[in-house]
Amino acid sequence: MSDKPQFNIDLAPLPTHAFGHRALTWWGLVAFFLIEGTAFAVAIAAYFYLMNLDPAWPPPPFLPPELLAGTLFTVLLLLSELPNTLAKKAAESEDLPALRKLLVVMSLVGLALMIIRGFEFVSLNVLWYQNAYGSAVWLLLVLHTTHIATDWVDTLVLTALMHTKEGTKGRRFVDCAENATYWRFVWLVWLPMYALIYWLPRIA
Amino acid sequence: MKPEYDPDGYRRDGPDFTGEPLHAKLTETWRDGPGLLGWIRSVDHKSIGRRYLVTALVFLALGGVLAALMRLQLSGAEREIIGPDRYNQIFTMHGTTMMFLFAVPVMDAMAIYLVPLMIGTRNTAFPRLNAFSYWMYLAGGLLLWIAFVLNVGPDAGWFSYVPLAGPEFSPGKRIDVWAQMVTFTEVAALAVAVSLTATILKKRAPGMTLARMPLFVWSILVVSLMVIFSMPSVATASGLLLSDRLVGTQFYNSYEFGDSLLWQHLFWFFGHPEVYIIFLPAAGFVSEIVQAFTGRRTFGYTAIVLALIATGLLAFGLWVHHMFATGLPRLGYAFYTAASMAVSIPTGIQIFCWLATIWTGRPRFMVPLLWVVGFVVTFVIGGLSGVMLASVPIDLQVHDTYFVVAHFHYVLIGGAVFPLLGAITYWFPKFTGRMMSERLGKVGFWLSFLSFHATFFPMHIMGIEGMPRRIYTYPAGMGWETLNLISSLGAVVFATSVGIFVVNMLLSLRKGERAPDNPWNASGLEWATSSPPPPYNFAHLPIVQDHTPMWNDERPVAYGLRVEDREMLISTVIEAVPDVREPSPNPTAWPLIAAAASTVLFVASMFTPWAVVIGAVPVAAALIAWFWPKDMNHEGEPVIE
Amino acid sequence: MKRAFAISAVFALGGCGGIQSAAGRDGMEGSLIGGLFEVFLWTTAAVYLFVLAYLAIALVRGRRHRREAAGLQGQPPPDADRKWRTGLIVFTGATALILAGLTIATWLTDRALAKAEQDSPVEIEVIGHQWWWEVRYDDPIPSRMVRTANELHLPVGRNARITLKSNDVIHSLWVPNLAGKQDLIPGRIADLVLHPERTGVFRAQCAEFCGLQHAKMALDVTVESEADFGRWKAAQLRPPPVPTGGGALAGYSLFQSRQCSSCHAIAGTPASGMVAPDLSHVASRRTIAAGTLPTTHANLAAWIDDPQAVKPGNNMPEVPLTEAELGAVTAYLETLK
Repeated sequence: MSDKPQFNIDLAPLPTHAFGHRALTWWGLVAFFLIEGTAFAVAIAAYFYLMNLDPAWPPPPFLPPELLAGTLFTVLLLLSELPNTLAKKAAESEDLPALRKLLVVMSLVGLALMIIRGFEFVSLNVLWYQNAYGSAVWLLLVLHTTHIATDWVDTLVLTALMHTKEGTKGRRFVDCAENATYWRFVWLVWLPMYALIYWLPRIA
Repeated sequence: MKPEYDPDGYRRDGPDFTGEPLHAKLTETWRDGPGLLGWIRSVDHKSIGRRYLVTALVFLALGGVLAALMRLQLSGAEREIIGPDRYNQIFTMHGTTMMFLFAVPVMDAMAIYLVPLMIGTRNTAFPRLNAFSYWMYLAGGLLLWIAFVLNVGPDAGWFSYVPLAGPEFSPGKRIDVWAQMVTFTEVAALAVAVSLTATILKKRAPGMTLARMPLFVWSILVVSLMVIFSMPSVATASGLLLSDRLVGTQFYNSYEFGDSLLWQHLFWFFGHPEVYIIFLPAAGFVSEIVQAFTGRRTFGYTAIVLALIATGLLAFGLWVHHMFATGLPRLGYAFYTAASMAVSIPTGIQIFCWLATIWTGRPRFMVPLLWVVGFVVTFVIGGLSGVMLASVPIDLQVHDTYFVVAHFHYVLIGGAVFPLLGAITYWFPKFTGRMMSERLGKVGFWLSFLSFHATFFPMHIMGIEGMPRRIYTYPAGMGWETLNLISSLGAVVFATSVGIFVVNMLLSLRKGERAPDNPWNASGLEWATSSPPPPYNFAHLPIVQDHTPMWNDERPVAYGLRVEDREMLISTVIEAVPDVREPSPNPTAWPLIAAAASTVLFVASMFTPWAVVIGAVPVAAALIAWFWPKDMNHEGEPVIE
Repeated sequence: MKRAFAISAVFALGGCGGIQSAAGRDGMEGSLIGGLFEVFLWTTAAVYLFVLAYLAIALVRGRRHRREAAGLQGQPPPDADRKWRTGLIVFTGATALILAGLTIATWLTDRALAKAEQDSPVEIEVIGHQWWWEVRYDDPIPSRMVRTANELHLPVGRNARITLKSNDVIHSLWVPNLAGKQDLIPGRIADLVLHPERTGVFRAQCAEFCGLQHAKMALDVTVESEADFGRWKAAQLRPPPVPTGGGALAGYSLFQSRQCSSCHAIAGTPASGMVAPDLSHVASRRTIAAGTLPTTHANLAAWIDDPQAVKPGNNMPEVPLTEAELGAVTAYLETLK
């Protein structure tokens, strides 16, 4: 048995960063999608479970939440996908000036959304401790708020970062592209929650 | 994409830079700093794996002491050695410690250490995340045990059913401690799962296609995905419990449109996959040990991989079998009976394959293989009692009795601990550079094996004879005294035998025979490097052409990675074609700092909900600092500080 | 192997279990389940023997290969394992068939159990409390309802349907000699059907961890002839006579004037507390404190004197009584047959 190595493949020509599933960041991101997605799925399952136990949902005399704040939030969130997609494209083509502007836009959008989200909480017409319906509705809204808050802070950090010298590095463009992907997860997960919080109590 | 490298600017490993000078340079780049600070800042998977292993074994010992106390109290009828309050804390702590602080972390430990070596890379993906996970695990364990020592330990069982564990019937902090410990340990386990999944899918040596991965690595891949899909359920369950207890939500309160059974569904949706999360890595150990000690490649590679995947999937469809006595519709129960029976088929397939390998190979009956034999004899009994429990009518008699206690100890000790002890013996030379004592190992094995059965077999009968679980005492004249005494005596011997194993480890660390690279003549890549491995694992990344690289004569390697900075290879998911060169993080204290900030947040939030908001600030700051690139002035190829 | 024979011997003797044993098979449900268990036991024992044999032969063959340097090594050629692949398929198929058989056996037992639950003449309600059992015998005529605690009397050969409720946490009622268990879950109503086939005294115990004194929450079960059951029920319906003199009368007064009557009820007296066991006929029960102590003068006195010493953490406070007062109260309770 020989222990002398045979030098068969030269790795030096390989690049040091890549986009999408070729990057480790993507896999970490997907893993977090799966984890958070499962947590949301469990919360939604708990919501349905509790709803199934009660003939009336919300239990009288409670009323379903007001629609204005939630609908406004949803519309703005969906519209934000436009600058988000542009940001992702800018990142993937490593267009720093465009990316910097779009990140500022996304940061401002995030701020607006957080403000509207505050109004959503006060328009729920029930408090978390009043009954299990209230607890479930607050659970969904709090979970999603944590979700969007984390991504908003992430966007703020990247906005700052891309305005420094670090912004010229290839790997940072990958980070920005992945952050844009995460934003898609944020509104995708919101859609069923919006339906559950605002519409199901009206229909069921 | 134009190449970013400058062939003249960077030193790389290769035909021109190999042997001793390369070893010196790579060591300098990849080693930890000196002293305690160096240890704290380490992101080396071997260092993190070792600390996980030592900590998990300490918790095993603590959990074992609790078991000894329980067996002492129950050794006779109406003993008054331990009162009800303390006893309820003890059995809760025993189960909680064993399940959350020993069983999963010890498998994580072995995986973190072994997987990068087995797949031919220098470190895990996301090594800082692994470091962070260890500190979170430690914090959770300390929270639990400090509370217990201060008489604020949880006392509602490791499964913490509501309403008993809710705000009305368990006032005070005991259950909050339990629920928050769950948060710590599941964050840790999830972090490790993310790291290992990415490592296994993206960091394999060139040529190690998915179909050529070692079976242990397959088991860890399946288990990591199981963790990702099951732990969020217990996190949500315990989060809702904390919320009911601290801020007055009504999730589990049936008087306000909530439900106690919601807890059981959420908990067991995690709880059932959890036991397979513990068992499947042990099955991986068995596949590796059987291969090494029979000298032939394990029979039925494809069947075993499919069995691992099938078990992982099926495990998610069984949880209601923990709830057969709760009065859910019988038709629904029938599905869970069928599924619970079906899950034994993939496991049976694995056992068939292992035994076929021994039959057709040339087995060497050294200590690791002895543990495998002990595993087969023991675990199969546990599996068969599990088949009995899957049947609803039978379960309705023996549920919540010592029959179930017997069953799960047979599958957990027989099915996970026995292979673990064999695995530790097998890889001890790789971890430490020394062999464990073969003689002491054999003595310990026989003592453990025989005393295990003496301790736990009588429990099957005790359960059928009417003895429920979780009771701090029982009346005289029920016919349970003799069986309990036998069990308690067995427990004393079993504890001693585990002690012998630990003594073997400690003695061998100092005086064990020195181990070469591949003392067992095994086939995996971890044996291609020294015992213990250098900080950089492999001087040149191995190339793999079949399932058993070390049984070939040739040593093909890939070369050309930078040596001044930490650099690893990313390959494609299925075929493991080299794809990207990836920088690997240097040692850093930010994972510890982030874990400390998270600990403050979690512990404070047991007392006030405002801690979540206020505590989020230092956590965010620590995470931002962690990820903020610190090589701001570094030109050229990337480095992660 | 020896153990398997030992266990089956235990069951073959049937009823050689004690008063709290699933091996007793003293009820229809318990018998059906016991029969099913035997099917499982023999089947799993056979499977286990097969696995042990396979293991033993593998070890022996392997050792021979080693001695003779004959076994497969490294990566064996593709067709070396062909007959083993066939063996794997056969083994898997056999496993699946056996499991299917056991599932069918289970299903058949379930159907038999369901059929047994057709008519349920004796309607009983059991409400679980931390750490005692409230028992009510329902009757369409309200004045014929019986309220007792920590005991069940059942007529042999007749179904008894027990409605299960909980007042606080999850409990579980388990009479192993008669049937499987069922949980008592707050906010939910479940039921358990018992069909005793043999007279006798048995013991049931709570089988879901319910807190501090879960270990001491048992229940006496008496299965008797239809006539004896009728007599028991009639006796339960008669309020106990108020004592006319002596220590018992003093005890009666103490009972009504001290804390006792605020938690406990005694029929025919002003005492109507509902949060603790009904004591109207306590002296006719085999045990007190939910199966913790046999009903004797000494035990009654010890329990009243210091309930926390007998069952630490239970909800009965220590009521300060002098020696004489204790004797009086005990004497009174002993008249409540």
